[in-house]
Amino acid sequence: MTDRASAPAEGTAGKGPGGPSLRARVIAIVVATAVLATVAVVYTVSAARRAGSADTPSAFGLDRGQLYFRSTREGDGTGRVARLPAAPSARGAAAMSAEAAPAPDRRTTGGPACERFHAAGGTALCLQRRPGIPPAAYAVVLDGRLREKRRIALTGIPNRARVSASGRMLSWTMFATGDSYATTAFSTRTSILDTRTGYLIKNMEDIPLTLDGRRYHSPDVNYWGVTFARDDNRFYATVSTKGRTYLVEGDMRRWTARTLRENLECPSLSPDNTRLAFKKRVREGARDPWRLYVLDLRTMREHPVAERRSVDDQAAWLDDHTLAYALPGSGGKGSDIWTVPADGGAPALRVAGGSSPALVR
Amino acid sequence: MYLATTGAAAATSGLTRGRVAGPVLALGTVSLVTDISSEMVTAVLPLYFVLQLGLSPLQFGFLDGLYNGVTALVRLLGGHAADRGGRHKLVAGTGYALSALSRLGLLLAGGGTAGIGAALAADRIGKGVRTAPRDALISLSSPPDELGRAFGVHRAMDTTGALLGPLAAFALLWATADAYDAVFVVSFCVGLLGVLLLIAFVPGRDALGPVAAAPTGPRVPLRTRITEPLRDAAFRRIMLAAALLGAATIGDSFVYLLLQKQLDFAVRWFPLLPLGTAAVYLLLAVPAGRLGDRIGRRVPFLLGHAALLAAYVLLLTVGDGIVLLAGVLGLVGVFYAATDGVLMALAGPALPAARRASGMALLQTGQALSRLLAAAGFGAAWTLWGSGPALVAAVVVLAAALAGAAALLPRTERRSSCS
Repeated sequence: MTDRASAPAEGTAGKGPGGPSLRARVIAIVVATAVLATVAVVYTVSAARRAGSADTPSAFGLDRGQLYFRSTREGDGTGRVARLPAAPSARGAAAMSAEAAPAPDRRTTGGPACERFHAAGGTALCLQRRPGIPPAAYAVVLDGRLREKRRIALTGIPNRARVSASGRMLSWTMFATGDSYATTAFSTRTSILDTRTGYLIKNMEDIPLTLDGRRYHSPDVNYWGVTFARDDNRFYATVSTKGRTYLVEGDMRRWTARTLRENLECPSLSPDNTRLAFKKRVREGARDPWRLYVLDLRTMREHPVAERRSVDDQAAWLDDHTLAYALPGSGGKGSDIWTVPADGGAPALRVAGGSSPALVR
Repeated sequence: MYLATTGAAAATSGLTRGRVAGPVLALGTVSLVTDISSEMVTAVLPLYFVLQLGLSPLQFGFLDGLYNGVTALVRLLGGHAADRGGRHKLVAGTGYALSALSRLGLLLAGGGTAGIGAALAADRIGKGVRTAPRDALISLSSPPDELGRAFGVHRAMDTTGALLGPLAAFALLWATADAYDAVFVVSFCVGLLGVLLLIAFVPGRDALGPVAAAPTGPRVPLRTRITEPLRDAAFRRIMLAAALLGAATIGDSFVYLLLQKQLDFAVRWFPLLPLGTAAVYLLLAVPAGRLGDRIGRRVPFLLGHAALLAAYVLLLTVGDGIVLLAGVLGLVGVFYAATDGVLMALAGPALPAARRASGMALLQTGQALSRLLAAAGFGAAWTLWGSGPALVAAVVVLAAALAGAAALLPRTERRSSCS
């Protein structure tokens, strides 16, 4: 006990020499707590008011000639799908100059609330999140009138969504949080759904993979960004293993995949099925790592498009000549949709405050 | 409420058995509040990055890895700065304030990557700076024979905050339909309250007395001063044992991943696994600390690692889902309860008061670096051999490290230079 008496702890939190009394300090903390709590509550309440209901039915369906996207514009309809009549043609100088000065935004808001969205052939895929404890995520299959047909519970953060041209094959990728090996790595789960048979592959990483001509087994394979060909059987995707990424070509019926090429992410097949748009890593590290490229599947030659900024998106083909993709918005808010000709020509801002572009043909 | 009892507890702590010193309760409250604030943000940052800003997790992961390296260095500097002139409270307070302000940085950065990078850096630097001075304050405010309990109480309160943080964040996101700015604002308010609590109730230099101020001559080079605690043989052994065991710890994310692979439960429940571990940690932190006070801290520290070893063995052998899940989560919780605060209680008496923050910083940095090494090694082993053989290797390595640490750790740890 003598040890204790001389311990420096003695009387420590009592009245410090010259400091305010305990009573004064308690009062100060109570007042500060009240002020801070008020700030927190007022801010939260005003933030809650900002939010609209996400469960209202869609104000429109899927119609030809409309560009669908997720609206990130402040105010009405943020986080919900909106649409715009697509420009008559995105090709040619006339369209280019028209897009250099974006036409007044005639978007119709009020679609389903989705984090990622894609639609084709009378089917739409909407990746949703419902905040809660724990937060839930869903892949929602919607019909031609954007009414819910099927809902699949998922985990992680929605990332890529694709519907095949016919509307039959659906695929999506989720970032899994909490199970990455090292801090710089992340893990993905990619699922494929056949809407005709209802068959669902929750995690495609068990697909037998041939890498550089040899059967490949490794626990660290990750797939993302699936794109289906017109036959609804052949598909392309990214696989990553041991720090490298590869383009894989897959076969649904035979359930096999083989690598075709290295350093290729988020492939997207052109409507005529002859070319792949993809993002290519051109720089190590996290600063502007990607450029958008186009690969000709017949010659296996690739070339960069005119977009010089780093694109982290699975590009969407608006037609056989035009790519659309999201870039972080100007002023750091949300994202904007840009287009660029696949064969040369300047990028143009298409939709300010949007992501997940999909042109329904 | 802890606040009201703080002053009274401190005033009588010199006389009454069975109560934790006031400064420890005050620091525990500060940590509880601060952890609510920081875990709120940690829980939502990946969502915010990917969904709100449309950035890739790659960038977040890259920054995170970078800053973890920076933190190790900053921690050493923080410990050193605290020892110079006994400025524990000032240095720890600066760290807490920096982390709190980083939430405003996140809010103001909007979506700018540079701004977000700066805010994350501020948060990590703040965390690195404050940890060693805080633990030194806890150990300087408690009698040496009650250090285990003091750290137990502190870690239990700390973990309570870490448990409440994500719940608060997800509740806020739910109430505001994903308004991340509201999470940042509330986190800032809570973090600021933590700083104010520290200013009001944690003792400063005057209360700690001259014993805690290092009489440092300006001519000794910084590197020498930072590594000075290593000259003490007893501390060196503790440091070696901690690093050895750290290098045999494969990391929680692997344990959870292995559980998920074997049990194949709905992945939606995956984020809840750490909560199970934290709950056990929370419940056992104080009993483990008290056990250490009674029979020596060496025993719970080694037993804790034995519990981790048992968890690995369970992962290898048990097929029954419920037993496996409850067993592994429980054992990992026991591991944390019996090692985290206990290690600081073990090291405290081996360090002179004037060098305590520097010594604790060294110990924490050494342990963190060796754990990083272990995680990388296990990741490589998993990739090369598959999860089963990698786990067998982990069991062997941990058993060997445990034997080594048992031989290294001094049996007579009471060598109090505190009073």
